[in-house]
Amino acid sequence: MSKKEFDIPAVPKDSEALFTPEPKPDATASVRSYPASAQHQEALGFPGEIPDDWQDRALAHFETLLERSRSLRVYLDSCVRCGACTDKCHYYLGTGDPKNMPVARQDLMRDVYRRHFTPAGRNFPGLVRGRELTREVMDEWFTYFHQCSQCRRCSVYCPYGIDTAEISMAAREILDVAGFGQKYVNEILGKVHKIGNNLGLPGPALEDTLEGLEEDLRDETGLDVKIPLDVEGADILLVTPSADFFAEPHVDGLMGYAKVFHQAGLSWTLSSHAAEAGNFGMFIGNYEQMKKVAERIREAALKLKVKRIVVGECGHAWRVAYSFWNTLAGIGHGADENDEYARALQNQLDPNYPVPQHICELTYDLMQRGVLKFDPTANDHIGLTFHDSCNVARASRMGDKPGGQMEIPRALLRASVRNFHDMADSTIGDATFCCGGGGGLLTDELMEIRVKGALPRVNALRETMEEHGVTHMAAICAICKAQFTKVLPYYDLPMDTIVSLHQMVGNALRLDRGEI
Amino acid sequence: MVTATFAILFYAATAILLAGLGARIMLYARTPAPLSIPTTPAPTSRGGAALRVAGEVALFSSLFRSNKWIWLLGWAFHVALLLVLLRHLRYFVEPVPQVLVWVQPFGLYAAFAMVAALAGLWIRRIGVSRLRYITGPSDHLMLALLIAIGASGLAIKYLAPTDIVAVKAFFLGLMRFDWQPLPADPMLLIHLLLVALLMVLFPFSKLLHAAGVFFSPTRNQPDTPRERRRLAPWAAELERTNR
Ligand code: SF4
Ligand code: SF4
Repeated sequence: MSKKEFDIPAVPKDSEALFTPEPKPDATASVRSYPASAQHQEALGFPGEIPDDWQDRALAHFETLLERSRSLRVYLDSCVRCGACTDKCHYYLGTGDPKNMPVARQDLMRDVYRRHFTPAGRNFPGLVRGRELTREVMDEWFTYFHQCSQCRRCSVYCPYGIDTAEISMAAREILDVAGFGQKYVNEILGKVHKIGNNLGLPGPALEDTLEGLEEDLRDETGLDVKIPLDVEGADILLVTPSADFFAEPHVDGLMGYAKVFHQAGLSWTLSSHAAEAGNFGMFIGNYEQMKKVAERIREAALKLKVKRIVVGECGHAWRVAYSFWNTLAGIGHGADENDEYARALQNQLDPNYPVPQHICELTYDLMQRGVLKFDPTANDHIGLTFHDSCNVARASRMGDKPGGQMEIPRALLRASVRNFHDMADSTIGDATFCCGGGGGLLTDELMEIRVKGALPRVNALRETMEEHGVTHMAAICAICKAQFTKVLPYYDLPMDTIVSLHQMVGNALRLDRGEI
Repeated sequence: MVTATFAILFYAATAILLAGLGARIMLYARTPAPLSIPTTPAPTSRGGAALRVAGEVALFSSLFRSNKWIWLLGWAFHVALLLVLLRHLRYFVEPVPQVLVWVQPFGLYAAFAMVAALAGLWIRRIGVSRLRYITGPSDHLMLALLIAIGASGLAIKYLAPTDIVAVKAFFLGLMRFDWQPLPADPMLLIHLLLVALLMVLFPFSKLLHAAGVFFSPTRNQPDTPRERRRLAPWAAELERTNR
């Protein structure tokens, strides 16, 4: 592990102490993302340098967003500063920087909104804290809106449902338009547009990788478990985060999906054109970018003439897929008959399956129908818990009932592992704590905030480890997996504590179809 | 003189409140919600979503989960305010319906509860360091204004009684555009002045949360994105021009 350049927060014995930290102003004021280079900005149509009229551009775009989005307008107006959200953000809990309290983060934008867009702020800025949009304010936005993982935990607890994620998305979009883009997210978006995935893995390399994985699967199972690519006429298109193709433990999840498809005898394929479920357009709140990325999946589905679209383990990707794909690219059901754009795809899709469908929904359905059988003793060396990813828990669903996104993954894990224990109630389900690396923060220069933001989760994990002999934690998100792999060692936990859900499924799944 | 001043004041305050709030509500209603963003788990039907919003409005359900102290004080304040407003309705209707007669004593207890809850909220605002950090001058002033309204009302009841029959005649007269004299008792005038101020501030302040709570997409949207294609007008336009 690299040298620790900041203090690692001690995991408190008394968890109450964790949940009521005193404000320590400016504690993380110096933790800043790298700015995007001109090249990365321009690839997305944003200014490469900060233009002279950046303030006019920022304010004009602010106004556009207010007209475009009800949530932004209502949320900027409605906060009463009741303080209910102040102790709900993992970044505040981990750092104590008061600007990481959700309401204070919102206020960075709200103060500007009042000053420029409301009569109260224009006339009485002192009274209602109106604040001119200066260069200094932009810098502060850049810092603290990149210390928000857009996890929506604050929204759950706010009496008006004010969602800081909506605010931070809007703020980042304004930053981009005014030339203050963030390197990590914008560089990756450029790669998706150019190559088709976040890693910039070109088609031939992907093909090689998959062949290698098929070999691994053959060695492990003695069976011909395929990972097909670009198969026209396959029933199912699997869209998965590109980290699944090479990173640990992601790749074990991918092999798990392959085993499920194999055992169920389903016809499926990956696509080199849409080799990425992730959609970083959401992180910068930019509808056009988000649409452009989502349309690659539409194009692949049309080209390969698939009937179903299934999404692999990824949190924000599942939010975009489940909640936004239908809007952005017509990937779903229920479009009007005269909605030609959406109908072009929807008429091709099988109405008997949800579109998009989560890989966990697919596996669960097969398990319910008795198509898949599990032998959980295969995982007897493991004590397992489950980390609900924010975007899955609070911004999507699985199955037909509300809350299925919590129950279905657990049902799969319980079938696969005998020693399964949940972490404390206040840290799971829709109250789950972010891994600390979501929302476009998974970059090395933000390591301090990532490590500290993981504290509440690590605290709960430690507790189940001590009390229930838990040794591993499963996740269904590429970012969570990458983040924990990096961050857990700071807390003296092994990096391979984190596993993929379908890795557990893959271990336990009985692959004896051929023998029946 | 007093009568005319207060008559005009209340016409103006009412006009500002209604027009300001109406304009804001229209703006919220007209602004599209381009994406499906309910905080999940969310109800899957419109009716379910309406119930969810009703729970927030009547019981402050999210706040209850969040922080029991803020919930207790905030909810007590709002319920008390409602009872106090109901008690005051008798100044605006003739004859007074039986329900309003029943409400009268509750409205009175509620006035004490209201002031106490506001004081409690203020103490927390000053005493809890996190709350102190997020509090601005307008937050203090709003609490001061509400407490002053409650206290001056109680003072009229217990310390400086006024001719409430005349007060009622004044308000009924206002509504019929047939002005009747308003008693010139200082405590009454202070009370009315503060109420008018509150009415004027309403559409320009955080009191807009009263409208906002109904328009919050994370609470009022049903969870149906896979079954229904949502498309904002500007997004549809984008789709047309892009192809
Ligand atoms: S809980 Fe909501 S209303 Fe209360 S301070 Fe936080 S954002 Fe504002
Ligand atoms: S969305 Fe999550 S990270 Fe952002 S302020 Fe809210 S709780 Fe914190």
